[in-house]
Amino acid sequence: MYVIIVGCGRVGSSMAKQLVGEGHDVVVVDEDPSSFRLLGADFPGQSIVGAALDWDVLRQAGIEGADAFAAATDGDNTNIVCALIAWRRFEVPCAIARVYDPRRAQAFAKTGVHTVCPTEQARVMMMGAVHSCPVSGTGE
Amino acid sequence: MFVVIVGAGKVGLNVARSLTHMGHEFIVIEQRRSRYDLLRPELEERLLFGDGTEMWVLEEAGIVRCDLVVAVTGDDEDNVVIAQLAKLEYKVPKVVARVNNPRNQPTFDLLDVDATVCAATMMISMIQHELPSHQFVPLLSLKRENMELVEIEVSDDSPSAHLAVQDIRLPDGVLVTAILREGTALLARGSEVLLPGDQVLCLLAPGREKDLIRSFLPSRRPEDVQAQASIDTISE
Repeated sequence: MYVIIVGCGRVGSSMAKQLVGEGHDVVVVDEDPSSFRLLGADFPGQSIVGAALDWDVLRQAGIEGADAFAAATDGDNTNIVCALIAWRRFEVPCAIARVYDPRRAQAFAKTGVHTVCPTEQARVMMMGAVHSCPVSGTGE
Repeated sequence: MFVVIVGAGKVGLNVARSLTHMGHEFIVIEQRRSRYDLLRPELEERLLFGDGTEMWVLEEAGIVRCDLVVAVTGDDEDNVVIAQLAKLEYKVPKVVARVNNPRNQPTFDLLDVDATVCAATMMISMIQHELPSHQFVPLLSLKRENMELVEIEVSDDSPSAHLAVQDIRLPDGVLVTAILREGTALLARGSEVLLPGDQVLCLLAPGREKDLIRSFLPSRRPEDVQAQASIDTISE
């Protein structure tokens, strides 16, 4: 599988390393070259410095033949817009955007972009944890 | 008319002032605290503090009942998201967005924003308009109205040179509106004769550019003329 990852932060870099470990072809795009340090010195994939809204940067990353596109920069709107470009313009079969805001994540899921909302997932897990807390003082 | 403006920078503020003069109702959303504090005395309750890409902020501003959204923040990704939310979630009849970086213009076009305004592109068009070497300059694009305004030079070998406007054979969907000659603009009346070196302003439907170039600049390849104009427009 050929995967483009935008945003080389904690999530992007660890996805890149894991995918490479699974034998996939990975290209990582980030505006800040120093972020690639998170990939480690022995990262065998490609890394490209550039803005992911720029179609030329996406082409350089090989978007025209990509199987999957995952946007995990620190900006919800950047992730949404570059995943929309991947999905609508370059017809990448699977375009994923991390969106912290649950409402925007829900709204843009309707466009065909796969949105992942860490806030919503945290809410579900926190609620699960609260519900499983032992309750004292209410009898048996 | 009720307008929601996102971004109270120079553009947003001046749009708001113009709407005030025109007697329209509006609200401006601004997320920078200092800018909000500065403008609050002037705009009063028509200025709302918040991130205009957050749906609850847009709803507080009254987006569900607005006639027009103007997305003029300094971030293109924010303007795209606002425009998309306005269209998809709130069915706003018309959205106008600012393009900060001309390289992002294709993204706005891809996502069907009704109208976009890019100061850099306009500036470049104006500069090209002043330069004699530019024979073809796209000046204005009205996407929703399906209409473009372009400027094109009449070359020596153009079949239209030395003919009156009423006698020239134009491709379908092209209208010559004005002739620029020696620094003055003439209305393109039927009896007006086109001279080599004239710049003509034409209204045309999108996609008619190649036909237009063939009739005014017959010795040049339309692809080359268009490529030159677009390189000059989008490169930084």
